[in-house]
Amino acid sequence: MRQAPFRFIGKHRRAVEHKRFVVGKGRYAADIQLPGMLHVALVASPYASAKIKAIDATQALAMQGVHAVLTGEELRQHIDAMLPGVDAPQVTRYPLAFDVTRYAGEWVAAVVADSRALAEDAAELVQVDYETLPAVIDPDEALRPGATLVHPAHGTNVIFHRKFVWGPVDEDFAKCDHALSYRVSWARNATVPIETFAVACQWQDSTGILDVWASIQMPKFPDQMAKALRLSGNAVRVHFDVDVGGSYGVKRGLKHSVLVGYLAKKLGRPVRLVEDRLENMRGGDMQGPDRVFDVTLGFQNNGVIQSMRMKAVDDIGAYSGRSPLQLGKPVGAINGPYRIQSVEYDAMAVMTNKTPQEAVRGFGQAPTNYAIETGIDKVSRFLNMDRIELRRINLIGKDEFPYLIPSGTHYDSGDYDAVMTKALNTAGYDELVKERDRLRAEGQLAGIGISTCLEPSGGNSSFEPLFNPKNETTTWMDSCLVRVDLSGAVTALMGTSSSGQAHETLVSTVVGEVLQREPDSIRVLHADSLNALPSNSPVGSRMAIMLGGAAAGAAKKIKHKLLQLAAHNLNTPIEQLVYEGGHVQSQTQPELKLSWDALVEMAHRKFHKLPEGMEPGLQEKFVWEVPTGGQLPTEDGRVQMYPCHSFESHVVLASIDPGTCKVTVRQYVCGHDCGVMISPDVVHGMTYGGIAHGLGAALMEKFAFSPEGQLLAGTFMDYLLPSSAEVPAITIVDHCTPSPLTEFGQKGSGEAGYLGSPAAIASAVNDALLPMGAKIDYLPMTPQAIWTALNEAKALSNLTS
Amino acid sequence: MNATPSIEKKSICIQVNGTTQQRWVEPRTTLVDFLRDDLGLTGTHVGCEHGVCGACTVMLNDEPVRSCCMFAVQADEMTVTTVEGLAHERGVMTRIQDAFCEKHALQCGYCTPGMLMACHALVSDNPHPTEAQVRDAISSNICRCTGYQQIVDAVLYATQPEGK
Amino acid sequence: MKAAPFDYIRAESLSHALAALHEHGGEAKLIAGGQSLVPMMAMRLARPACLVDINRLDSLKNIEVSSHSVKLGAGVRQRDLEFHPQLASHLPLIKQGIQWVGHEQTRNRGTVGGSLVHADPSAELALVAAVLGAEFTLTSSQDGLRKLKAADFFLGPMFTAVGETEALTDIEWPVWTGPRVGTCFEETAIRKGDFAMASAACQIQTQTDGRVTRISFGLGGVDGTPLTFPELASQLVGQTINPDTAKQVAHQAAQQSQPGSDMHATGAYRKHLAEVLLTRALLDAYAQTSCSLTG
Repeated sequence: MRQAPFRFIGKHRRAVEHKRFVVGKGRYAADIQLPGMLHVALVASPYASAKIKAIDATQALAMQGVHAVLTGEELRQHIDAMLPGVDAPQVTRYPLAFDVTRYAGEWVAAVVADSRALAEDAAELVQVDYETLPAVIDPDEALRPGATLVHPAHGTNVIFHRKFVWGPVDEDFAKCDHALSYRVSWARNATVPIETFAVACQWQDSTGILDVWASIQMPKFPDQMAKALRLSGNAVRVHFDVDVGGSYGVKRGLKHSVLVGYLAKKLGRPVRLVEDRLENMRGGDMQGPDRVFDVTLGFQNNGVIQSMRMKAVDDIGAYSGRSPLQLGKPVGAINGPYRIQSVEYDAMAVMTNKTPQEAVRGFGQAPTNYAIETGIDKVSRFLNMDRIELRRINLIGKDEFPYLIPSGTHYDSGDYDAVMTKALNTAGYDELVKERDRLRAEGQLAGIGISTCLEPSGGNSSFEPLFNPKNETTTWMDSCLVRVDLSGAVTALMGTSSSGQAHETLVSTVVGEVLQREPDSIRVLHADSLNALPSNSPVGSRMAIMLGGAAAGAAKKIKHKLLQLAAHNLNTPIEQLVYEGGHVQSQTQPELKLSWDALVEMAHRKFHKLPEGMEPGLQEKFVWEVPTGGQLPTEDGRVQMYPCHSFESHVVLASIDPGTCKVTVRQYVCGHDCGVMISPDVVHGMTYGGIAHGLGAALMEKFAFSPEGQLLAGTFMDYLLPSSAEVPAITIVDHCTPSPLTEFGQKGSGEAGYLGSPAAIASAVNDALLPMGAKIDYLPMTPQAIWTALNEAKALSNLTS
Repeated sequence: MNATPSIEKKSICIQVNGTTQQRWVEPRTTLVDFLRDDLGLTGTHVGCEHGVCGACTVMLNDEPVRSCCMFAVQADEMTVTTVEGLAHERGVMTRIQDAFCEKHALQCGYCTPGMLMACHALVSDNPHPTEAQVRDAISSNICRCTGYQQIVDAVLYATQPEGK
Repeated sequence: MKAAPFDYIRAESLSHALAALHEHGGEAKLIAGGQSLVPMMAMRLARPACLVDINRLDSLKNIEVSSHSVKLGAGVRQRDLEFHPQLASHLPLIKQGIQWVGHEQTRNRGTVGGSLVHADPSAELALVAAVLGAEFTLTSSQDGLRKLKAADFFLGPMFTAVGETEALTDIEWPVWTGPRVGTCFEETAIRKGDFAMASAACQIQTQTDGRVTRISFGLGGVDGTPLTFPELASQLVGQTINPDTAKQVAHQAAQQSQPGSDMHATGAYRKHLAEVLLTRALLDAYAQTSCSLTG
């Protein structure tokens, strides 16, 4: 593993991508013009559950400029169903409903017209005859025997359930002085990018290729599109050079893309769907975990937390993509940063007649961290022990790594106490307490919140075989191709799209570091799916590790080849050569040297100077498996989930207006350790953004549904995204415990901030409510929710006094 | 369903980024769709089409407005500046655009054009804004990537007195 | 979210606009700033067959300031009102309330008349109009003009007395002359610029011994229209206001409201919020009367 000092890694550098974005030259899916392109609008079911009796599109088709109205009945004859990530083959999903609709907002028909406006006009004229059916909206109802079934063929509303027992949980609890139980609820929210999902497809009869331009962030998207459309893999060409306007997990748009791909093929013309915000919120299937945790912690009088029982029930809505797997990823950090010795984890995913859930930043870790951290604070209050002190007692120590947690993952490295201490010091904890007390003296409710949370990174797929033993998969690779052309310029190719993570900057920094060439001179391109090396997409905070590692691997091969060429031509053993800035020189005889340009020309044009067996040209690929990957889970559900473990500690000061009950976050410090940062600006940016996502989830974001299953938060007037007026100034303080598993010691960090922020804000709010005898264990903590909590406390105290 | 009224197009003439543009448009075409689809200026983005996110912000007669909240016909005979027209010279960025790059004030770039318009509008009225004023000025533009910190840093960096 | 098709007329004069309204029966709608109307049309909740654009009519943009009233043309932009040099001295309650109206970008296009005619129950300008007893002038081509007070103008949520062929042309806002006038506008929304969950506005004038000589207050966002409380207010004339008085009055006022519930706030919470905000508004406005030097 390379060590500091680095030439380029860890330095301030302007992101390459920004040059096009600040002048309005980004190329998003909705910007791409294809001659003859047609536009799609959707007809959506207004009911939570209904039978489709008939669809009459005559009036719509009679409109000039309307080219087709596609129904589910036609579509399903030509495509394969999309299947869940768990073993539930009866829970099938198609882009358009067939026979029944299962949530209000589900797409029933697709209208294709000359313009989006015309398509919307025609969509209004499509007459669908529905017969409403009983619906089940509440997850507790869905679990009752005899409940209405969302998918009768599946036989139950439970799509996944497994109880894991790692270690001697019962015995450990028996040895504990105390057991404390509590419930927390994580409301359905999502990262809601400002760009909705957009996809354009074009089919050419002459080549048999379906070209796809989509706002996509999804592993195996081209393969799954091809499979659903019954095309061979090499008939689908996904253009990964489309700029994606934010995703943070959610842009999985498989149903949109299969729909549009089918239409493009059927009509022989390019077709594009740009979700409008209404379609996106209700029918885009991009809502996140909706989870209730029942947790019991077993601990001693001295504060040591011995064991944990956690039950998690997640309401995934009417269909399943990868959503149940969001209960699985947290297995890899189930005990957080603490030395909890044994864990029982009872994970259940239940279906209801609501918009389906999809992957959201953290893939379930943020709600799980919220559940764990809430417990830590409760234990500290129970024991009358300082929250910081309790954490110090339980945090895994810096000398204990690699640390094996009960569920089978090794945490690679870390120093949790140091990060927490840095955060506390940066926040000026004693001053913060004084400020809190000053606010209280002024009549405000005020509190300090603390969280210490794991950020697993590396995006291994182990939760797939863990949650579905029939799915024996262990490969989670990524790749990079690096090429030096005849002019000596370097180009690198990556095989997936980016949605703001500055991968072009990442790769050029890494390749520049290894080859010792100026990163700004290195061009990074996004290949398309037909000429790309395999990738699994930027998910699970994996790209710094996997793409960074692949870029480094390919660059190292190039460097080695240059050294071999030089050794051969200078007649000097390779060990005696020095590589500096791309030039190679003999250590002992400095007049023996070859410049970068000379070596490049040799490789490209002077075959007679190449050593025997050397491939001409200068291009190398590197494809590799995720470190620590390659193993299937054990019988009792133990597995190495992710390879690297970043860590964050948040310190927050919040006040609550005692009359309006509105929360103001006043000061915010985040201590962050993601090992060696390749691009610090990028890492900090994503951390700030993650904190803002977390603040939204904590205080104001919720996909609320009516008792009848109607989405109440269907526009930005009701789904509230925090602005610069709600997000405070944030200070990040960095720490670095390099990972022993990666080239530069980097860990992943794309989910930073979001994983620890809701827990910290909830901690602050509860600290503020404590003097009133009140507490709040659900999100979002709106003024209404705080008022309710204060009233409950008042009522309770009236009862007892 | 009401009888469809005539969708006769109207002729409009708008000065966009210094160039006079005359087109025939349906009245219902919003200003943002006109800029993107009719003029090919795809730098201005659509985020919500109901006036909340600010991604569609452009300058209309030198004031920032949400271009999804007006029809192109309403902008007839007016002047519009989009992100493509911020810099006056090819290859040259404004101080704020440059500061956005320097301070990493964007990630996916989708809210950026609208955000830049709001920042330019602020600074043209108030050349040395305080942090609070910057936060206030951009509070009508939602960003899901940055958490706003680096955007605020960029504007303050761009407007710091010379020599600091 | 593309609007349903419509025809578009740019009015060249007020009479042209009124004639167009008359010609189209109930199928035409006036558009000025469009900040409320265009999003509703995008969601196809509003589908006028014809839009009559009055945004360029200078005759609707007059601001006439006198010592006893300010007359605003309905087409005055919120932004122009916000920065008018005499707003703070003549209509301080609007000065305070207008900063809560949407965002700067929407105020650049939105008009005073547009907000009032849209009549959202939580609209700030509507609340101030009710509290100050503004007078609304409505004009139509066939029936000439008529004047209404706020109480008769706002009829229900998103519903005013403006007839199908009428236009709101101007609004006259009474100015309280004399010294010792204090105002306060309080509002709580989850985010800056959002619709208020509840709002309270108050204007008070006192004499030098601190007794109230004139007072008006109201609540917004807690009923179908802005609420004012002339009887409660009259009970305060001749009194001083202390925290207990303020709380008592605010409580009685809040109890008279009938706020709805939605995903953000229950009616019960809104009532509580109304009481809290009105208590603060009363106390704040009252405190200001001893600071106010001009009339």
